[in-house]
Amino acid sequence: MAGWLEQNTLLLGLALLDGLAYAALVFMVAVGLNLVFGVLRIINIAHGSLFAIGAYTAASLGLFFAARGLPPWAGYVALVLAAALVGGILGPVIEAGLLRRIYGHEQVLQLLVTFALFMILEDAQKLIWGVQPVSSDAPLRLLGTVDVPFGEDVVPFTAYQLFVLPGVALATLAGLAWFLRRTLTGRVIVAVTTDREAATAMGIDARRVFLLTFTFGAGLAALGGALASPTTTLVPGIGAATIVLSFAVVATAGLGQIEGAAISALLIGIGRSAAVYLAPEFEVVVPYLIMVAVLLVRPQGLFGVVETRRV
Amino acid sequence: MRRGTEATLALLAAAGLLAAAWAAPWLKFVLTIALAKGIAVLGILLLLRAGQVSFGHALFLASGAYAVAFLAPAAPEALLLLPAAALLAGLLGLVVGLFVVRYRDIFFGMLNLAISMVLYSLLEKLYELTRGTDGIRVEPPRVAGFALTLETYVWAMLVLALVLAVGFGAFVRAYLGSPMGQALAGIKTRETRLEFMGVSARRVLLAAYVLSAVMGGVAGAIVGMTTRHVTPLLAYWTSSGELVFIAILGGAGGALGPFLGAAAYELVRVYAAASFADAWQAILGTVLLLVILFAPGGLWGVISGLLGRRAGRAA
Repeated sequence: MAGWLEQNTLLLGLALLDGLAYAALVFMVAVGLNLVFGVLRIINIAHGSLFAIGAYTAASLGLFFAARGLPPWAGYVALVLAAALVGGILGPVIEAGLLRRIYGHEQVLQLLVTFALFMILEDAQKLIWGVQPVSSDAPLRLLGTVDVPFGEDVVPFTAYQLFVLPGVALATLAGLAWFLRRTLTGRVIVAVTTDREAATAMGIDARRVFLLTFTFGAGLAALGGALASPTTTLVPGIGAATIVLSFAVVATAGLGQIEGAAISALLIGIGRSAAVYLAPEFEVVVPYLIMVAVLLVRPQGLFGVVETRRV
Repeated sequence: MRRGTEATLALLAAAGLLAAAWAAPWLKFVLTIALAKGIAVLGILLLLRAGQVSFGHALFLASGAYAVAFLAPAAPEALLLLPAAALLAGLLGLVVGLFVVRYRDIFFGMLNLAISMVLYSLLEKLYELTRGTDGIRVEPPRVAGFALTLETYVWAMLVLALVLAVGFGAFVRAYLGSPMGQALAGIKTRETRLEFMGVSARRVLLAAYVLSAVMGGVAGAIVGMTTRHVTPLLAYWTSSGELVFIAILGGAGGALGPFLGAAAYELVRVYAAASFADAWQAILGTVLLLVILFAPGGLWGVISGLLGRRAGRAA
């Protein structure tokens, strides 16, 4: 074992650092999905589409800024602006226009409404951005690379993947924890999550909280997409792939858990990167295997709370 | 609805379907696929009765289709391939079912999704075995020992699918009326009370799950033999979503709903794809939203509502 570890330091190190960047992105999407589920009790299948639209918007804005001759750092403005635009416009439109009509419905129908939304948004992406790959990696190139030593080998990593992605994810986690626990709006959201009826009886406007939470969750998905856009080439279908992955993270963590989502994102992110280097055929399977393994032992997820059964 | 009325409607629908296929030959392919998907959706219907929605049943459809693709060279006989695919899907359903029946609601739906994605990735990545995204071509097998011309083969597939659809439809109708079916409805309303009566909710759900897997396998076998080309896309989670879509579109009330839904779905899809190549998904999505918001009983709910009103007036 020790010998194997020594021989594979390079591989393991690569997997760890790649996995960290990957986990950061997955966390951004999963935490939004989880927050929305906690408050609205709806798993939003179209959440992955918001990620994709955020990514495309960021790429388009970045290319537009570059064409206008703006300095390269404007690329970062494009990322944030894209997330704010997508979350701020699509979030309220979807919540107030569609989801609000189905809060009392069966869970099956709620799932299907967001599935229908997913189908519509997938085609909307193809109509707006076409099916040709889109890529805008200015923010990635601007920061250059860092040489990371692994024993005798030195591997260049982009500073963007090494520092920006994990940094933003950590800041999101800390900001969210502070927001939910220390601010009035945050505590109102927690109150509605814990007991909607009691919260409403205390005079909390649940409609406002739902709107706010969904918009915020949509913004997080879009920000995840925007941050991912410089690291990859955008093609149709990234939304569909993202939603299943972020659900795996959420289920592994336990529904409604914020810090748990960070830990399971790390677990799944690093597990997947390890598979990329060690057993590439199983790269896509690993997140689900981790999830199934966790749920076999703890059906409510790593940090989930067991719900009392109705009699 | 009375049993006689439903049987009459089913017979009328079957006759209408054959007439349509005879009048417009290109419809045969679309209708065979619609019947196959209807059979898979019957299985979804069983689970919906328990209030559970599987977002991963394409797993069983795909395994049935791939079973045909793998076995066809060795046993080129449709009447052997069908039961083999059903058996394989049923066994897979038993293994997966033992795991997923411990979960409810969102977890049930999404665990199914995750497991179907495992199969999807394996089908895609194990190129040596499955030829990856290229998929596998299926040579038309013999039917009851006869090697058919392409024209008769297409007819044979349609008739085979129709017979199986009627058979499974009648079976599901009887099953839902049986104590096992009643217990399924009990899982939806109050599971704990079911267990107070000494009925194991997990076993009730597992039985329904295995049956639904078998129906998925049969559907997959028909799809494989009809399209004569199987790809991993059959197992992708959006294909599972499509099956749930059809269930809601048709209406989860009766055994005719899935076939009504499947026919409507496939026809809208063919027309939408021909007229608006890049927007057919969006069109289907809009249809689904309209059905959920304005006709929650689905097409079958609309039709039986109309029939019921007429019967009420006649009485």
